[in-house]
Amino acid sequence: MNYIIDFLIVGFVFSAVMGLMYILLWMERKQSAVMQDRIGANRATFFGLPTLAGLWHNIADGLKLLVKEDFIPPSGNRFLHTISPMIALFFALISFAVIPFGGVYDLFGYPVSFQILNLNVGILYVFAVMSMGIYGFVLGGWASANNYALLGGIRASGQMISYEITMGATIIGILMVYGTLDLQEINLAQGRLLGGWLPLWGVILQPLGFILFFTAAMAETKRVPFDIPEGESEIVGYFMEYSGMKFAMFWQTDFIETILAAALVTTLFFGGWQVPYLMADGFHFPWGAVWTLPTIAVMILQVGAFLIKVFFFCFLLMLIRWTLPRFRWDQLMRLGWTIMLPLSVLNILVTGLVLVFLEG
Amino acid sequence: MAIKKVVETGFWERIYLPEVIRGLALTAGHFFRNMAVHIAHLFGFAKDKKGAATYQFPEERRPLAPRLRTLHRLTRRQDGSPRCVACMMCETVCPARCIYIIAGEHPNPQIEKYPVSFSIDIGLCIFCGYCVEACPEDAIRMDTGIIEISSYTREGMFYDLKKLLDLSPIPASSIPATARLEDLRDEREALAKRGRSTG
Repeated sequence: MNYIIDFLIVGFVFSAVMGLMYILLWMERKQSAVMQDRIGANRATFFGLPTLAGLWHNIADGLKLLVKEDFIPPSGNRFLHTISPMIALFFALISFAVIPFGGVYDLFGYPVSFQILNLNVGILYVFAVMSMGIYGFVLGGWASANNYALLGGIRASGQMISYEITMGATIIGILMVYGTLDLQEINLAQGRLLGGWLPLWGVILQPLGFILFFTAAMAETKRVPFDIPEGESEIVGYFMEYSGMKFAMFWQTDFIETILAAALVTTLFFGGWQVPYLMADGFHFPWGAVWTLPTIAVMILQVGAFLIKVFFFCFLLMLIRWTLPRFRWDQLMRLGWTIMLPLSVLNILVTGLVLVFLEG
Repeated sequence: MAIKKVVETGFWERIYLPEVIRGLALTAGHFFRNMAVHIAHLFGFAKDKKGAATYQFPEERRPLAPRLRTLHRLTRRQDGSPRCVACMMCETVCPARCIYIIAGEHPNPQIEKYPVSFSIDIGLCIFCGYCVEACPEDAIRMDTGIIEISSYTREGMFYDLKKLLDLSPIPASSIPATARLEDLRDEREALAKRGRSTG
């Protein structure tokens, strides 16, 4: 029975991520269109069915990419060229294994945990897996035997390594505050209340950390304004020699990394699956009112809250992506190394001083 | 000579974050305003407001200016024969040389000539309108309102006498000329206003 539950949870997480990615592909078109006073893609239909505001366009894209020629440069490395989009997509997808989509619930006598893998070093796992994902981009650029693609791959590695340092340094503030590397524990800790009414979310304890982490996570997704590895107006990027579904895999990786960034920001800074004042048995409002709810309702509320928060951050990332222009390479490096890294170190210092002061 | 352009940036602009938030507020404002209009349209409200500056072209057309030069047509006499007298004025004045006329003798000595064949290669035409201005008989006009002229073959772009005679002017009743002008002016003003407010 436990295996069945595990299987169902894995299926849930996978379908939630892939479904959200499908929606993001659609949102990318429609949100940018509405922001720019346009309509966006709205023509594709399927056997005369309603156009559903352009939702069919993704399927049309998929069909087109599936039947497209799968081109491998003759002088490129055939094996690495084929495997690198898989590496990128694989490592982007398995990062979700430790993201808690919900708490642990006791349903019909069985414990149901909405976290595939309850690692006590969950956050380190996410960082490790995200770093492995770089190989996909670098190898993709290298195996294409194209100087522009190689340049894109090198830029991707340089950017992701630089910003991972900031990301890691920013996380230390959160780890110091909550005292654990376990993402589920961090989520549980964010359910506590300060003074009986203020939820102890990461953004309240670490406002500077949130801004730094959000920026660094945005840079990790390699989308505008940090799309220097791609930079379609200067170099096409590491996926220059890719076509068909292999190109689509790199494309999906970008969107899945957007979801991952949103999920991480939600988990670490916005309470994850926590709904303010919602305990395991219902709402306990700060003015003393109690609204008891069955476990299944609590489960739906909390998992729904997590998905809504993730969706909101995806929306915000998309909004930023369609508002800001691209950084120059030197601006990106200066921002990463001379502004964000010192600020994140300062964040650690201030957090440590405050903690010592409070406990000492 | 190099032109040095000094851009004044204050502290708050240099730390970037407030400007980012200002930019996001602008784009998000557009997003939520347009989204509200789209949702209102879905339920049948606020039909007078537009959620997008675009026109959904084949279904929705921008009003044409009354003086716009569109596909040519040849006018007819009361008895249905072409008004053209094959004087070759248009063929002579045409800078693209896309009009080909073969003249024949008209049975009526008052008319003298008529076009045995009158064809325009629209693929060559530059839509300058000189033919319309040169015509002494008001026999050729560019008022059909047809602007999407295309063909899979070069021959398909060749409009002969019969084809040109069968075309009709854009119905004036559907879009009155004065109203069309006002529409255009309103649209231009709205665009200018929007450009000012967002610029």
